[in-house]
Amino acid sequence: MDRRVVITGMGTVNPVGNSVDETWAALCAGKSGIGPITKFDPVHHATKIAGELKNFNPLEFVDKKELRRNDEFIVYALACAEMAIKDSGLAIDEDNTERVGTIIGSGIGGVKTIEREHTVLEQSGPRRVSPFTIPAVLPNLAAGQVSIRYRAKGPISCPVTACAAGTSAIGMAFRLIKDGYADAMFAGGVEAAITPFGVAGFNVMRALSTRNDQPEKASRPFDRDRDGFVMGEGGGIVILEELTLARRRGARIYAEICGFGCTSDAYHMAAPPPGHEGAARSMEVALRSCGMEPSAIGYINAHGTATPINDVYETQAIKRVFGEHSRKLAVSSTKSMTGHMLGGAGGLEAIVAVKAICEGVVPPTINLDNPDEGCDLDYVPHRAKEMKIEAALSNTFGFGGVNAVLVFRKFKD
Amino acid sequence: MSIEEKVIEIIVEQLDVTREECVPEASFIEDLGADSLDLVELIMAMEENFGIEISDEELQKIRTIKDAINYIKGKKGLAS
Repeated sequence: MDRRVVITGMGTVNPVGNSVDETWAALCAGKSGIGPITKFDPVHHATKIAGELKNFNPLEFVDKKELRRNDEFIVYALACAEMAIKDSGLAIDEDNTERVGTIIGSGIGGVKTIEREHTVLEQSGPRRVSPFTIPAVLPNLAAGQVSIRYRAKGPISCPVTACAAGTSAIGMAFRLIKDGYADAMFAGGVEAAITPFGVAGFNVMRALSTRNDQPEKASRPFDRDRDGFVMGEGGGIVILEELTLARRRGARIYAEICGFGCTSDAYHMAAPPPGHEGAARSMEVALRSCGMEPSAIGYINAHGTATPINDVYETQAIKRVFGEHSRKLAVSSTKSMTGHMLGGAGGLEAIVAVKAICEGVVPPTINLDNPDEGCDLDYVPHRAKEMKIEAALSNTFGFGGVNAVLVFRKFKD
Repeated sequence: MSIEEKVIEIIVEQLDVTREECVPEASFIEDLGADSLDLVELIMAMEENFGIEISDEELQKIRTIKDAINYIKGKKGLAS
């Protein structure tokens, strides 16, 4: 029996919105979510800007006690999951509890908690470290807390695949349903790493933009004057369901998830190989996994980080896979507006790819004033573009050489 | 602030419960919804506030608010 998997619910918190609707409107309007860092004083950091959440009230989703004992990335996961499950209308009860699972990735986990409690350790000694430190720090506790809240007793996991974590999670969850291990899954990624340590760590790698005087213009994927990525935070979680069960309960179906590709560069801890052959293979594997011709794809939600190397190499990889058809594709970078939400990026960007299919609109790549040499695809600069999209890819690539790609298509019987 | 008042203030803050729930007989786990990690955190807050140390062995005997207040009074040399 060939099981098909559909998206029936979506939730997100990110630098441009605290719901899918608010986010979609902001993205289509080309609104930047980047601003000065307010979460700590970055006085000694080279980078003083980031994409922070705005007006997010955690107490809408967790009580005071939960807020204190969980790291922010877990709170973001609980917020995204609550919006997604409500949106889907899926009820989890005795009949299906063991068939609903949870895979939520994070690149870094509870780094803020590590920093805080390490300071306690240094200043007050080991007996003063909070007993909630370890369960707040472990990356898999986002999935753990979501599964506890909704009594999702099926498969659970947490890919910790850096900037590809959200995509890895959705891909793995898709396969679990397709292969019969589960009927519905919470799937996505979250991150909350805009901290003194997180920013310092990326800064010394020379990975971040230092365009501190123009925060909204700092994330410039594919542009000649890009100077690195801007850190973002938040995430996105979707509800995936096996098609016949989704239909039986009369669920609204946003789109079908039909392919997943995952490859390793086996090359370098942080840099992609020339031409990013690993990314190209990941797109090829994803397309092959659902028997789709490259020409069926209309839109690619690019990894598009705005690092000097990524954008040129990703473009080369797209050209290798799509050949002549690459000229007809729309390719845009959500990160131009949200910054790079690391493990949360794949969660949100899957939602963006799905919305693009549903709405027939491709959100733009903002700040693309002068495309760099070698960056010559249609990146949908500045303004959103209306176009009919039958199928879309979501690309994310991570440190450690991870390349993860999802394929979505318009739902048809 | 009396020891009683201070203890209750800490409990309200740490366990996210109301003052009305904090009757002397209230059990941390059964009545106030605490789990074992909450208890560790609560005891740490008491240690810090009252400048005392509570061993794990002694911790086992503290089940209710009254137990905690009496224990702290004992440590501070004040009979209840």
